[in-house]
Amino acid sequence: MSKTKRTVLILIVVAILIAFVPLFALKGAKFGGSDDAGSVMIEKISGEYKPWFTPVLENIIHGELPGEVESLLFCLQTGIGVGIFAFCMGRLVERKKWTKDKENE
Amino acid sequence: MLKKNKRLIVSLTIISVSMSITPVASAMHIMEGYLLPQYCIAWGILCVPFLVVGFLSLKKRLKENRKNITLMAMAGAFIFVISSLKIPSVTGSCSHMTGTGLGAILFGPVAVSILGIIVLLFQAILLAHGGITTLGANTFSMAIAGPLLTFILYKLGTKLKINRMVSIFIAACMGDLFTYSVTSVQLALAYPSVEGGVIPSVVKFLGVFAPTQLPLSILEGIITVLIIIALETYAKPELKMLGFYKEVK
Repeated sequence: MSKTKRTVLILIVVAILIAFVPLFALKGAKFGGSDDAGSVMIEKISGEYKPWFTPVLENIIHGELPGEVESLLFCLQTGIGVGIFAFCMGRLVERKKWTKDKENE
Repeated sequence: MLKKNKRLIVSLTIISVSMSITPVASAMHIMEGYLLPQYCIAWGILCVPFLVVGFLSLKKRLKENRKNITLMAMAGAFIFVISSLKIPSVTGSCSHMTGTGLGAILFGPVAVSILGIIVLLFQAILLAHGGITTLGANTFSMAIAGPLLTFILYKLGTKLKINRMVSIFIAACMGDLFTYSVTSVQLALAYPSVEGGVIPSVVKFLGVFAPTQLPLSILEGIITVLIIIALETYAKPELKMLGFYKEVK
């Protein structure tokens, strides 16, 4: 059991390192989306390109989604996901605590 | 609750399928409006059989045992969380993971297509990330091709008796990477280079996506392994129900 714990700890540390080291290692980088890098590449390959369809929401509000609102919606997405996930996980953890079944080694 | 869920899944499927068929359909990681209509339609149609089979397989799982809904919801939620996190990468630009590996390992590759398309729709409609017109192409890369590779690699790993966690790591990691490779191919098919055609174009797009995605796919592998460890600790009965241990123990 403690071996699993150690693996989990190591994995978590590595994961955090992978996610945040670039931020500090590459000072001054813009960190734009790689999706946007894709559209730049398209322009390089096929000259100027005008998208033939604009996102639904941008049509409705006549303009680009403000950055702050976009981050709000991204948070909403994360929130919904974490909420559901944590709820289920919490139930499972409690269940294990309360049931003494023999399968738990 | 169950009926409600079913209805939700059904209606989402209908919406998404109809969207991927109509020319004004949308997609996810390829930007809105960046694929010509004929490509949008072609990719959309290509997705339909997977979505239908995926939907049926999810329904079957629920019929077998309604308790499967817990893991199903968790796999879906996992995709929601993971694909909303934009993470800085070594190339100086950001990208996000797909999170579809977990679902593919637990439920098989086709079932994930349904879970994936829900996320893609959310992002396409609300976030202008990906798009309605490119939905078909993005579903194919993120919710079908990636999970399929993950599933194959995972099964291969169990066959070869590689340590389960290692094979899950490899499978999830490569699935993530493969998603972006497929995206590159899709873009290249739509935008072949002036000289040389499709293949140099594939290389160019891969050059944009692959270095950014590589560390993130390793991250995805790690996170998937962590989740599986957690599930093995706390959700053994559910995993057994899915036949997760069948080949192994």
